[in-house]
Order: sequence, then C-alpha cells, then structure tokens
Amino acid sequence: MNYLILGITRGSMYALIALGYTLVYGVLQLINFAHSEVFMSGAFGSYAIVHLLVGDGKATPSWAVPFILIAGILSGAITAAVIAWLLERVAYRPLRRRGAPKLAFLISAIGASFFLSQLAGKLFGRLTSNSFPEFFDQNAVIFRPFGAEVRVLQIVIVASAVLMMIFLDRLVSVTKLGRSIRAISEDAPTAALMGIDIDKTISRTFIIGGLLGGAAGFLFGLNFSFGNTMGFIPGVKAFAAAVLGGIGNIRGAMIGGLLLGIVENLVPLVNIDTKWTDVVAFVVLVLVLMFRPTGILGERLGRAA
Amino acid sequence: MSEGLLQVQDIEVRYGAIRALKGVSFEVYEGEVVALLGANGAGKTTTQKTVSGMLQPAIGQILFDGERIDGIPAHKLISMGICHVPEGRRVFPRMTVHENLEMGAFRFKRPDAQLLEHVLELFPRLRERIKQHAGTLSGGEQQMLAIGRALMGKPRLLLLDEPSMGLAPLIVKQIFDIVREINSSGVTVLIVEQNAAQALALANRGYVLETGEIVLTGTGRELLADDRVRAAYLGEEIAAVS
Ligand SMILES: Nc1ncnc2c1ncn2[C@@H]1O[C@H](COP(=O)(O)OP(=O)(O)O)[C@@H](O)[C@H]1O
Ligand SMILES: [Mg+2]
Repeated sequence: MNYLILGITRGSMYALIALGYTLVYGVLQLINFAHSEVFMSGAFGSYAIVHLLVGDGKATPSWAVPFILIAGILSGAITAAVIAWLLERVAYRPLRRRGAPKLAFLISAIGASFFLSQLAGKLFGRLTSNSFPEFFDQNAVIFRPFGAEVRVLQIVIVASAVLMMIFLDRLVSVTKLGRSIRAISEDAPTAALMGIDIDKTISRTFIIGGLLGGAAGFLFGLNFSFGNTMGFIPGVKAFAAAVLGGIGNIRGAMIGGLLLGIVENLVPLVNIDTKWTDVVAFVVLVLVLMFRPTGILGERLGRAA
Repeated sequence: MSEGLLQVQDIEVRYGAIRALKGVSFEVYEGEVVALLGANGAGKTTTQKTVSGMLQPAIGQILFDGERIDGIPAHKLISMGICHVPEGRRVFPRMTVHENLEMGAFRFKRPDAQLLEHVLELFPRLRERIKQHAGTLSGGEQQMLAIGRALMGKPRLLLLDEPSMGLAPLIVKQIFDIVREINSSGVTVLIVEQNAAQALALANRGYVLETGEIVLTGTGRELLADDRVRAAYLGEEIAAVS
C-alpha cells in the first residue's frame, strides 16, 4: 500500500510534466526536448520566492503554510511559463518561419536545454542537493488507510496535481483557446481558415505546458533535493509517460504519468532492487508500445485523416 | 462602372522556384457565381488559396470590396467575410458535426443559433449526425459539413474548391442545388471545378486556367458552347459519365 501511495504521488508529478510534452506535440508535431529544463526552472523560481518568504523556515507560523504553498506553486508555474514562452519565441518560432526540417528543431531544443541548465547552475550554484526550507512538517501522517501511511506532502502533491488536471481538461474541452488547440492539432491550415491565429495559440500552448511543468517543479523540489541537472530523469520519464498514454492525447498523458509512477514504485514488491526502478519503468514502456504502438489512448490521434 | 467585389490583378504565386500562377487576373461581382475551370495542376487551388490568404502572391494585388487584402493572413481575412471550403473538405475528423459547425463560427463571440438552425435545415443529414465525429461521415456528408461550416462564418464571398470531387452524381446534384440556393440568398460564389458542365450550368461567368494562366473567359453559356472547352473538359466528362 505504501508503495502504491508513493507511486501515485510520483506519477502525478510525471503526469503534470507529461502534459507539457503532449500539448506541444499536439500543436507542432514536435517533441519539446527542452521541456525538462522548463520543469527545472519552475523548481528554482519557486525556490527563490519561498526562500524569500520564509528564510530557513523554522519560524513559519502554521496558518501561513497554505499561503506559502500556493505562492510556491504560482511562482514555479509562472517562472516556467515565462521560460517556455521565451523558448518557443527564440528556439522554435524562427525555425518554423523558415520551414526548417525536424532535425533542426531537435538540435535547437538540445542547445536550449544546455543553456537553461547551465544558466541555473550559474545563478544558483551547481549543487545537486538544494532543498526547500522546512516550513511545515511534511512527513506528518494524516491518515492510515489499510495500514499504509499517507503524509501531508503526498496529499499536497496529489491534490494540487489533480486540481490542475481537472482545470486543464475543462479548459481544453470548453474554452475557445481549448478549441483552437484541438483544431490546430487536427489540421492547422484549416484551423487558420476558421480564423484561428496559429502563432498566438502555439505561444499559449507553451505557456500552459510551462505552468503545469513549473508547478511540478515546485512539488518535486519539496519532495526531493534538486539541482540544475534535475530535469533530465523526470523529463525522460514524463516523456515516456506521454508516449505511453499516446502522445498528443491529453488524458493519455495523465494516465500514462500515473501508471508509470505506480509501476516503478511497485518494483521493490517483487523483490527487485530499487536500483532497477528506472529499467523496469522503461521495460514496461517498451512492452506496452509493442502491443499498442500508438500508446494507451493514442488510437484516435494516430488515425487522423 | 461598378467594381468587382473581388478583384485579382496580375498575381504571381510561387512554391519555391515553381511559378504556379503566372500573372492571373479576374473579377467577381457581388451576387455572381464564377467558375474557375482547368485541368489538374492548372493552378485553380493555388488561386483560391491566395484569395483566402493561405498563400501570398509574390507579385500583383488582390482587392476585396475595394480594399487591398494581399498580405493579410487567412485567420484575419475570414473576418471580412471570405470563407473557404478547401479542396478535400478538410473537416475536423475528431470533432463532432456540431463542433465542426461551431468552428466555422469561431470568429464570432458565440455561434449564431438561428444560423445554425438554418444550416441544419439546408443539410438535414447533418442534423441526423450532429453528435457523430466528422471522421465517421461519408464523403458527401463531409462535403455538406464543410459547406455548412463555411456558412457559419457568414460569408460574403464563398470559395468552393471541387465540391463534387469523388461524389456520386446524385449527391453532386444535391450539392450544386444547395450552392444555387446559397447564392440566391445573396452570397457571392467562386467555385473551382473539373466537373465543367455542372459548374458552367450554375455559373454566371467562368475563367479557364491552363498552367498558371487564364486562357479563356466568358459567360457560362458561351464557355459551354466553346469548342475548346468542349474538347478539353466536356469530352472527358461525357466519357466518364457514360
Ligand atoms: N505545396 C506545393 N508545393 C509545390 N508545388 C505545388 C504545391 N501545390 C501545388 N503545386 C504545383 O502548383 C501547380 C498548381 O497546382 P494546383 O493549384 O493545386 O492546381 P489545381 O488545383 O488546378 O489542380 C501544380 O503544378 C502543382 O504541382
Ligand atoms: Mg486543386
């Protein structure tokens, strides 16, 4: 049970990051490989703000904790959204204008990744063991279903992730921006004929992906120690989760993220050393793709007429 | 002398080094149906895409209602009332029929409910399938949806690119009847067709394109009677129908 709870916690972070990959893929048919650094920038952005607010955290009154959590999420989300927006402007849009081949986008993404990661290293130091000040007792056990322990931090992470995903789901299915994103994913030239501004919508898609990824950066930072190279592993896993769910499919990214988190945390149960966690996660990915090459919910996307 | 609602003046359009249109000029007057005819690859689609802003001319200009519109991108042109039903219908396959129709009205704050009702009266088949994904419709139904979607944008000028392509004769007749009806409600129509006989029966005037140039123009009747048109386009068609 404890492992399942760990899995859900971690999986909901993967899901938030995976959404960024899948949203951008939807509108550009492009994997934004610099998204892992967008996520990283969220951790540092929120770190700066939270540190400013609570110092070393010891004197934080308990009534202030929810507000600081909200401030952390918002500052992480906003920092990452700004970075994602800039990324699209600087690294992708000029290539799009020139009709560059896909490989050029990939190289541009890798360059942007290194740049952002090194920039964070320069600004915040190259420690891999940054951690947020302890401004509340993260490990207090809230309740014990079936003998398992559910901790405060886990509830914070899962609840905020679920809230954001519900919000995104509504945004995509109800609002005009959501309609634009869907229309561009299906057929961009025709979307333009309907009056949709493609550039503007792509920009906003990066911003939404950045908001979610940055929030995940803050949540991740609360849970683990972090540094300027923190983006890589969660980034690769979230990308895998997006593929697992069916790249381009929004609900697929949510499901894929949760599933990957749960599967890799069940590893110790079957008497495999936790060193093998990552290997198991990717073996599962490969197995699923062998039987469903378009991912769990990917069928509808792959068959776009 | 009155000016055309749409004036295309000497436009040249290129795909990289390929000159697809080499100085094309024509006019469409308010209330008319004008047909653009020509063989495969003549430049008909390119012409329509340039009018709707999907492509930009390298040389020449386009006026709509007296205003220059070349250089304006497609997503802005629709707010002037230029609605394009593209070649191959291009409905959004994973959206429902209803959502597709709403997409056509994207330029408005919200879709006009009365207009939606009118479109569904025009195409009763769409009403039957309103909740279905557009990708599950037949070719004829998709064409109706594509036209209905364009109507939701309240066109002054409706661009139709080969609406009869790949459809059974009975459906083609239905669609042409509806285009006639749309036109008589005041919408100006520029229609591209390979199906010359049908298009000319409907059109007030026509232009014939050949490898990026206009080679012939006249009223529908004149073109139908023209030996060159009969040989080039109608001959094929009579053979194809029988
Ligand atoms: N995207 C494109 N890239 C390069 N050449 C194109 C493209 N689209 C059309 N062409 C060329 O432009 C010419 C006109 O094409 P088009 O306007 O589609 O003709 P039509 O609609 O009359 O069949 C053709 O020679 C075609 O090969
Ligand atoms: Mg064509």
